[in-house]
Amino acid sequence: MGIEKNELVNDFPGQIIPGGNGGNITITTLDKVINWGRSNSLWSLYFGTSCCAIEMMQTGAARHDYSRFGFEVARPSPRQADLIIIAGTIVNKMAPVLRRLYDQMAEPKYVIAMGACAISGGPFYYNTYSVVKGADHVIPVDVYVPGCPPRPEALLEGMMMLQEKIRTESMKHKVNPIDGFDQGL
Amino acid sequence: MTTTIETNTFKSEEYFINMGPQHPATHGVLRLLLTIDGEIIKNVEPDLGYIHRSIEKMCERDSYQQIVHLTDRMDYLSSHINNEAVCLTVENALGLEIPERVKVIRTILAELTRLASHQLWWGVMGMDVGALTTYFYGFRDRELINDIFEETCGARLTMNYNIPGGLMFDIHPNFVKRTKDFIAHFKTKLPEYDTLLTGNVIFQKRTQGVGILTKEDAISFGTTGPVARASGFSCDIRKHHPYSAYDRVQFNEAISTVGDTFTRYQMRIQEMWESISIIDQLIDNIPDGDFKVATNAVIKLPKGEFYQKVETARGELGVFIVSDGKKSPYRMKFRSPGFSNLSALKKMAVGSKLGDLVAIMATLDIVVPDIDR
Repeated sequence: MGIEKNELVNDFPGQIIPGGNGGNITITTLDKVINWGRSNSLWSLYFGTSCCAIEMMQTGAARHDYSRFGFEVARPSPRQADLIIIAGTIVNKMAPVLRRLYDQMAEPKYVIAMGACAISGGPFYYNTYSVVKGADHVIPVDVYVPGCPPRPEALLEGMMMLQEKIRTESMKHKVNPIDGFDQGL
Repeated sequence: MTTTIETNTFKSEEYFINMGPQHPATHGVLRLLLTIDGEIIKNVEPDLGYIHRSIEKMCERDSYQQIVHLTDRMDYLSSHINNEAVCLTVENALGLEIPERVKVIRTILAELTRLASHQLWWGVMGMDVGALTTYFYGFRDRELINDIFEETCGARLTMNYNIPGGLMFDIHPNFVKRTKDFIAHFKTKLPEYDTLLTGNVIFQKRTQGVGILTKEDAISFGTTGPVARASGFSCDIRKHHPYSAYDRVQFNEAISTVGDTFTRYQMRIQEMWESISIIDQLIDNIPDGDFKVATNAVIKLPKGEFYQKVETARGELGVFIVSDGKKSPYRMKFRSPGFSNLSALKKMAVGSKLGDLVAIMATLDIVVPDIDR
């Protein structure tokens, strides 16, 4: 079924992901199992550039403890990770590195932009010559967590939203967010 | 280290290895270009700029009140002390008389910040040398300090509580009680740090005699803070050039002469005890009075050059303002402790093993946005 092509949809600037309907019982059941597994064992890449990294560490520490939701395995290598939490400012010198790390990750891969800097440049939006105004200029971002830095609870909320997003995926309509990203689609 | 390989079959050869910019042991996005021969480090070249956010350039467009919040993001673990440095510079340039209440509150918060910074360092130091447990213990106590900050300053990490002329608002009614409770609690928990890590034989073997920095090198590289004091260079700004309320408290400058990784570790543990003692002396004696003095809405410094240095958790932070009488500085320069401390890395690391480099980096306690700014 999917979504009917009409004028409104053509004007929509983002990418439209069709809903999970239209699959048979095998596919939908498998989807459920796979998504359940994927969403509850997201391994994040250790990628903290500045202040938000401290709050990310606090989220992993004793009081907030994100291992309750299956996030505790922080990987130093992108090849073992499913998720980048961009915790901090991305500057022009770091942007190619971030893109390279993203490209090295195995699919499916997800990105959380944590904090004002990763969303838009934050406090470094004006009068600066070296800051990338948002990590989504470099790689596609799934979840934005606002704050400067966000509280650990906010990051947990963002991570759980990502889990919800993963639970709606279907193997029938596979969407790779990097497709057409460089062309601005 | 003493074994030499006789045969030509295993002829050693120098090769190049790239550590970072995305690496968990570099505490941020620092890139190290290593030349190693087997396990022995022959050369270390830090490559900076991966988090260069042009803060100094931004300061030239901002008003003095706006500059303060940018300094939070430099050395985010000593954010309160960074704010204080800028505010002190502006206040000295204006010749403002700061109320005693502000001075004492600033000092208490600065010492709490130092405790929080050292707790985090201790947790991460243990993690770097392979003891993950310390991470949880360090952060357990750090959360309590963050609660105090949140209640009084409104934020956990980047507090932005100082303004030129005083504090943004008065302390929370619970501040004194909570700080006292925390200090009483932390006095019982700090000995745990020693039993967990300091006395550990594996830890001691990894750190003792590793990464030695002599006093001459410490001075010539401009290192400050616990790194320099471990080498016998007495450089505590709080002692030698007291600011805020440090002239009225009794404390010892943690100092040693050994200069290895283990001594740098011990310096910070001792500093935590000293911070506790400073807070103990001040917390009951917060004078009454105003929490700020009135300044103009647009602060204009007189023409001239102004410098103020403070002791952050990492060493000497200097703030240098060149003013041409306008509402923004003509030039603003931060002398960050991390940059100078990192410059001594080559001296410490060359000749030691690759695994020791991680331990040396951990005791330098660098914060990369502080280095790159």
